[in-house]
Amino acid sequence: MTEVESLHGAPVSWSRGQKVVHPGRSAYVALLKKLLDDGFTMCTDLTAVDYLTHPGRDLPDGVAAERFEVVVNLISIASRERLRVRVQVPESDPTIASAFDLWPGTEAMEREAFDMFGIRFDGHPDLTRILMPEDWEGHPLRKDYAVGRIPVQFKGANS
Amino acid sequence: MTAVENIRQTSEGGQEMKPRSEIGARELMREVGAVLRMSEAEAAKLGQLPVDSDEDQTMIINMGPQHPSTHGVLRLMLELQGETVLRCKPIIGYLHTGMEKTGEDLTYLQGGTNVTRMDYLSPLNNELVFSMAVEKLLGIEDDIPERAVWMRMLLSELNRMSSHLLFLATNGMDIGAVSMMLYGWREREEVLRFFQKVTGLRMNHNFIRPGGLAADLPPGWRDDVLEILDMLPPRLEEYDILMTNQPIWRERLQGVGVITASEAMALGTSGPILRSTGVPWDLRRDMPYLKYDQMEFDVIVGSYGDAFDRYAIRLNEVRESMKIVRQILDRMPAGDYRIQNKKVTPPPRGRIDESMEALIHHFKIFTEGFKVPEGEAYVGIESPRGEIGCYIVSDGGPKPYRIHMRAPSFVNIQALPHMMRGGLVADAVAVISSVDPVLGDVDR
Repeated sequence: MTEVESLHGAPVSWSRGQKVVHPGRSAYVALLKKLLDDGFTMCTDLTAVDYLTHPGRDLPDGVAAERFEVVVNLISIASRERLRVRVQVPESDPTIASAFDLWPGTEAMEREAFDMFGIRFDGHPDLTRILMPEDWEGHPLRKDYAVGRIPVQFKGANS
Repeated sequence: MTAVENIRQTSEGGQEMKPRSEIGARELMREVGAVLRMSEAEAAKLGQLPVDSDEDQTMIINMGPQHPSTHGVLRLMLELQGETVLRCKPIIGYLHTGMEKTGEDLTYLQGGTNVTRMDYLSPLNNELVFSMAVEKLLGIEDDIPERAVWMRMLLSELNRMSSHLLFLATNGMDIGAVSMMLYGWREREEVLRFFQKVTGLRMNHNFIRPGGLAADLPPGWRDDVLEILDMLPPRLEEYDILMTNQPIWRERLQGVGVITASEAMALGTSGPILRSTGVPWDLRRDMPYLKYDQMEFDVIVGSYGDAFDRYAIRLNEVRESMKIVRQILDRMPAGDYRIQNKKVTPPPRGRIDESMEALIHHFKIFTEGFKVPEGEAYVGIESPRGEIGCYIVSDGGPKPYRIHMRAPSFVNIQALPHMMRGGLVADAVAVISSVDPVLGDVDR
């Protein structure tokens, strides 16, 4: 068996030729900080995936699959490199530290992930819904949120 | 129960900008720092503002969501002191239609019709990035026929031109050069007419599909493209006379909405906004896809990071795109316009009449779709507005398990509060316009 590749102590896997790092939830921000120092000056994208109905997926040894996954895409302008960070977030406690202090641009992206998946980002300055109305119930991109299910959308409005 | 009570009941809280009396100094500091990346000293100074006495002189007003200069349904909350903008908060979501959720219910063949409607001013780039992500998951990205790759590049560059021409039109309109509105739309229409001839539609083409394209170029396409290339340069020179070299135009844009390179990078902006600060970052050159590594073109950068730089970059990118299109015309190879892989390619029309198997194959591919191996992939390309990315997770079925589009406008628009801070309310329109947001892309 080959030795597992790692970066700053987190296991690395390759997905279709793209490099992916899998830090633990507690080491997430510390790893991002190191990556920022390594030259990944831009956080292009931050999103989440709900693996409720697809639990068995490929993860490197030592990474336990959880329901949610936060996916961060970084770019290093100096070395023209992309890197993806995938963190497992459990259903029982869907919280993770915010990357806002490293890249303020993640503010809106984390709000979107919160809005769509209900994942809370600790240390985020203004964690409110961004795309859905503020009195919306539920988080639409979760897999147990059915398509076409229309609750009473704007409560309190005189119909 | 009233609406207000109802809102208070949810734990998320309101999305609006709060008056200063309702937020503490620390929150205010974070809120402004959220987009500012200011120094500790500066932030501390801000935190010590005499909040109460200030409040009398400032007011919070709404700009939008229905406002001609907001390019759709963008709503900005501005805190004004006289005519100066102290704070700004973009409030979005008015055009949210859950397209990522819809995408989970469409097969990979149908997916193109969905993503093409996101950034409706550069539909071909949306389709391209979606197709490239699917091809990456299928592992066929290196098997796409030459002609298909060059056709994709041709359409993508023409789309960049049409999108930037529309920007020039609306930018002119927003600043007050109303005649520019007509000229820009007129030129864009010429490009769209070519798209209509090729794809059948002016917008939302669903023409670039996983595996190649929907059809070959029609006869006479070369003359049509040459006509556009001959028509544009004198028109662009007219724009220069009308706008670039005109003192009023320069007065109106220079030094407005300034952003620095480190701020632009920290905010994650891309495209003309990042390049206006002097960072020569263009995915076509720095992370080449298609055949851009064989193309001769310049990456246009600015030096001041203001609205004028962003205008000038887009104007000159039209010229660069024309350069690329000319090179494509010289080198367009013959061949197939889509991959001949039974898995993703429907059989040719003629075969369906002769062969039962072909009929079944055709039926299966369009009803059930093709299965994509398990895995996840992210592909990012340079759209007219910056990096458009597509992240797809597949569970091995014929529909994406999760599809996420990294929308350039969504990220770029978050730079607005920073660009507007300390500026005049009259310049707010110029700043929005210079970011060139497409609200369909912001809200998806």
